[in-house]
Amino acid sequence: MTEILKIADLSVTPKSDPTRFLVKNVALTLSKGKTTCIVGESGSGKSLTALTIMGLLSKQLCANGSVVFQGQEISQLDNQAMQKIRGAKIGMIFQEPMTSLNPVLTVGYQIGEPLTAHLGFKGAALKDKIAALLTQVGIPPERANSYPDELSGGQRQRVMIAMSIACEPSLLIADEPTTALDVTVQAQVLKLLDELKTRMNMAMLFITHDFGVVNDIADDVIVMFRGEIVETGTRDQVLNHPQHPYTKALLACVPDAEGLKELKPIDYSWLEHAA
Amino acid sequence: MSQEQSANIILTANNLVKTYSQRSGRFGFGTTQIKALDHVSVQLRAGTTLAVVGESGSGKSTLARCLLQLHPFDSGEVIFDGIDLAKIDKDALRIQRKNLQMVFQDPFASLNPRMKVGEIVGEGLLIHKLGSAAEQKEKTMQMLTRVGLQASDAEKYPHQFSGGQRQRIGIARALVLQPKVVVCDEPVSALDVSVQAQILLLLKELQHEMALSYIFISHDLRVVRHIADDIVVMNNGKIVEHGKVDDVYRAPQQAYTQHLLSAIPGRKVA
Repeated sequence: MTEILKIADLSVTPKSDPTRFLVKNVALTLSKGKTTCIVGESGSGKSLTALTIMGLLSKQLCANGSVVFQGQEISQLDNQAMQKIRGAKIGMIFQEPMTSLNPVLTVGYQIGEPLTAHLGFKGAALKDKIAALLTQVGIPPERANSYPDELSGGQRQRVMIAMSIACEPSLLIADEPTTALDVTVQAQVLKLLDELKTRMNMAMLFITHDFGVVNDIADDVIVMFRGEIVETGTRDQVLNHPQHPYTKALLACVPDAEGLKELKPIDYSWLEHAA
Repeated sequence: MSQEQSANIILTANNLVKTYSQRSGRFGFGTTQIKALDHVSVQLRAGTTLAVVGESGSGKSTLARCLLQLHPFDSGEVIFDGIDLAKIDKDALRIQRKNLQMVFQDPFASLNPRMKVGEIVGEGLLIHKLGSAAEQKEKTMQMLTRVGLQASDAEKYPHQFSGGQRQRIGIARALVLQPKVVVCDEPVSALDVSVQAQILLLLKELQHEMALSYIFISHDLRVVRHIADDIVVMNNGKIVEHGKVDDVYRAPQQAYTQHLLSAIPGRKVA
């Protein structure tokens, strides 16, 4: 089965106002070994979609719709059941590695936590596995005894990646994992994620606002605007032959490294035509 | 350099050195010296944009602050309009400050939340005693509408605006004094790409209309390609390469610049 995750009719509304849709009728399918990028501006609902999959939505929000992960409907599961899936079968990486890591625990301990909790690793086997994971993400294994503040931003994000792939998840969700990094470090981290995805045959859901990053890493692309999906397709279809006026307008805003393109701010007049 | 060329230069920095001390060692008894600027020299041509690029910690923001005399530096000189800004006294510097303005990165942190937008934008005019109260108000309104806001927005507070609108307020605040040099420190990094395009175009238009010279600090090499005429590439407090943007992007000479340019994500996007 290549299909890992299937979302249908997903909507997110505030509990206080069920008529206001933050995410509306979102449907998507993620497959093994494929990277799907969700792009959109702030407030387009891309992070909320990811949080809903993981069951980490704020208590003030309410999600409706179906989320089927490896054939199991997970949207109605309670927190205890979700905990068995999170970190084990679905890995997560967030934007800011410093706030996601615990500053008073060594990185080795933090990488080991999911291994102990989900797979029962301990003792020498745990130590070896932690060393192997660090090596896999390009950090010398002796850094297991370091604390997060002793590492650079790029290294911290590598630690987060080691932690998220520790239990060999079949789905990795990465929410703007390189936004806080310098370009050269960003390029290295993107390459690492792409290699891991291929080697472990994971499905990857990659959230970003940067079309350059999309071009480097995506197989499929989903464009979101004001809570709704406006366009989906392969990377080539969306980037080179966009169909929806919003996708076209958004691409026209992206500066290119060659400086050949004239930047055009978004003209929202198509919205009125559509409405 | 010929007479004609040097007449064109509006701001020059020669051999700027800035060292920070940091406590180090167990218990912080030792100190290490960090050279944030190591003999940095730049020249800004009138009416053009000079981009300063580099990774975090390369010294680009320190350079911006030293150029505007917001930070003291150890040695070197900053010459604006024939005056060495580091040598003049406080009062003389204050007079020069209206010619040297700054647009900041974070539109949320750089505007006083307790002041109305009209007060924020008009404050510079008040401090420099430019015109009567009525003229100041008039100028403030003109500037607000010029950057794409409404005159009625003057009565609102910063929190009532989006990130892009706040950056417009920041630009109005900097430009209302009709400065000659504006240092923009990552002015579009915190903005969505659609808003970023609007702000970049606004900055370009205003540069043309008001004959502004920009120093544009950025880590985004795609944005720099679009806005700058000249570029300096910094690494570890030193300038590793400088030149015309077209030349540096087409044929970077230094290994570090090549490395930086090759890391731009999606070089062939759309």
